[in-house]
Amino acid sequence: MSDAQLWPGVDLHVVSGKGGTGKTTVAASLALALAQGGRRTLLIEVEGRQGIAQLFDTAPLPYEERMIAVAPEGGEVWALAVDPQEALLDYLEQFYNLRRAGAALKKMGAVDFATTIAPGLRDVLLTGKAVEVVRRKPDDKKNYYDSVIIDAPPTGRITKFLNVNSEMSGLAKVGPIRNHADLVMSVIASPRTAVHLVTLLEEMPVQETIDGIAELTASGLPVGAVFVNMTRPSVLTEQQRTAAINGTLPLDQISADLAAVGIAPEPLAAELASEARDYALRIALEGRELERIDNLSLRHLTLPLLPGGVDLGGLYELAATLRSEGVR
Amino acid sequence: MTSFENAPTLDIDALISNREIKILVCTGAGGVGKTTTSAALALRAAEHGRKVCVLTIDPARRLAQALGLTSLDNTPREVVGIHSADGSGSLHAMMLDMKRTFDEVVETHADPEKAKQILENPFYQALSSSFAGTQEYMAMEKLGQLSARADLEGTWDLIIVDTPPSRSALDFLDAPARLGSFLDGKFIRILTAPARSAGRGIGKIAALGFGIFTGVLNKILGTQVLTDVGTFVAAIDTTFGGFRERADKTYTLLKQPSSRFIVIAAPESDALREAAYFVERLKTDSMPLAGLVLNRVQYIDAPELSADRARVAAQSLGNGEHELTAALLGIHANRQAQAERQRHLAERFTAAHPSVPVAMMPAMAEDIHDLEGLRRIGDSLAEH
Repeated sequence: MSDAQLWPGVDLHVVSGKGGTGKTTVAASLALALAQGGRRTLLIEVEGRQGIAQLFDTAPLPYEERMIAVAPEGGEVWALAVDPQEALLDYLEQFYNLRRAGAALKKMGAVDFATTIAPGLRDVLLTGKAVEVVRRKPDDKKNYYDSVIIDAPPTGRITKFLNVNSEMSGLAKVGPIRNHADLVMSVIASPRTAVHLVTLLEEMPVQETIDGIAELTASGLPVGAVFVNMTRPSVLTEQQRTAAINGTLPLDQISADLAAVGIAPEPLAAELASEARDYALRIALEGRELERIDNLSLRHLTLPLLPGGVDLGGLYELAATLRSEGVR
Repeated sequence: MTSFENAPTLDIDALISNREIKILVCTGAGGVGKTTTSAALALRAAEHGRKVCVLTIDPARRLAQALGLTSLDNTPREVVGIHSADGSGSLHAMMLDMKRTFDEVVETHADPEKAKQILENPFYQALSSSFAGTQEYMAMEKLGQLSARADLEGTWDLIIVDTPPSRSALDFLDAPARLGSFLDGKFIRILTAPARSAGRGIGKIAALGFGIFTGVLNKILGTQVLTDVGTFVAAIDTTFGGFRERADKTYTLLKQPSSRFIVIAAPESDALREAAYFVERLKTDSMPLAGLVLNRVQYIDAPELSADRARVAAQSLGNGEHELTAALLGIHANRQAQAERQRHLAERFTAAHPSVPVAMMPAMAEDIHDLEGLRRIGDSLAEH
């Protein structure tokens, strides 16, 4: 395996995908894979779901960078749950030295406005925090991360979320917050960033991925890779799959084999054949959908379905798969 | 087959045939199949003789085509190809256009000149196209309109609503009121006329904070935003009743016994957690819950053979001439493991909410291309 980086110069990875495709899992595995071998990565959550804490089986994350896992061969994964209210106070302090105005602002409803109602403002606060972390200098050893990974909103909202500039333009055409948005954009729309989309090999998520890539590209946002998640291993030959679909699997032989290992073959042989049919249809569909992904001429990485669900051990397994596909 | 015996069954056909029920709201986390489920329920209800209007928010292209929704004109259009035995059933479908809905509210309530002024205001444009809560607010608004029209003209006797893909399913209930309160609230009043508000009634302490407040806003947002907001509020002030009041009105409609909520989830911990939040919230607000639809369930043909047993058997068969049987046992073991995990998650939900009726839908990998596909989903929902 070559040690060349898949994404040279990228230090901000944004992971999106249709709901239910496992983007939090992929973001977490990516953070682990990128940390392996003595690096530090920061996994950022922006939607207040505490999905990262659940995945890593830790207490809910605060608005504070905190180490949550150790990667193989040394390396640390840190995590941060960005809360828009805290991010607003953080922003006021950093740029205006105004943290103490927070209480008055809250009372007036301005905090609500900035953090829940005006999405442009909210997104600038969230992405702004990630960009602040990315812009830290390597000599600031205690606070520096080699890569930052955002577990981002789903594909349907990702372009709006990242394109804070155009979102803000409806609200503020000039002024300091607009300048801040420009700064955020100068990182997000640069080669330092890669936006990855997670998909399953099913029609709707693949379609959403294709549409999402078109949208991101049209907005000048840098698309990274497609992560094909939850793929099934191909355990039957093509001939066997065809037989399964046509209902011509050799039931007698299957029955004999089952009996040989002490399992009553009736009605199990036929039931197994029926499950094999479903499976074969599914593999055929995955093949068709994979072709559509291939046509995108974008790099794609493949992750297996873990039948028992993803726990902490599963994350390391997925991270190892990503490493084997060249993630460094 | 996956089943969890403890939960009562959600009888889909009884639900859609119950003529007392006039509104069905489908809600749940993103990616669980809300839109498809709403459309399938709508079709089934129409084919059971109901006059149905389904309000979808953001259908996948193919589903939209299946419903004949080729143009976005914010009006319900009749879906052709319904099989209603006695011809009494019908199906209309529409896709919500939130900006257009908002514009129409403005045009209905303001005289032409004032309407033009509002529609051109930059703050209004941001509000109507991108503010959080606007989609939910307008979905509620549209639901209110459709429901009023149904009562008045008898065009429909059942309205099925698909909810927007929000961060949280609760947003459908909370966002309209939140946005309404904001638009009616102190913050926006202050932006309108700082001098007046500061002088009048907000009290000494607030007035003290107020100095800092306007200073901060000017620093952060710049003066242009404040001016836009001011003009907007001045323009809407005389034309609308309260925004909050408007949102509350539809909310009350959803509390009526003629409304029912269907919570949709996939057998994944995130989706079920979201479903649980929603179920608890409906209970707190005494809102009528019909039940849970569990989508994407892994079905098993041979439930009696455990994953472990299948794996051991596959191993002892090994390779060579028994390879095929070993592979089939391996496939079964994986499916069984997945089904066991799903069952475990579903049972946890049921343990916490034992009275919530459940209907299940097998996992389907293929997209819905036509009414036939929706019909199959309806059949399968009614079966389980």
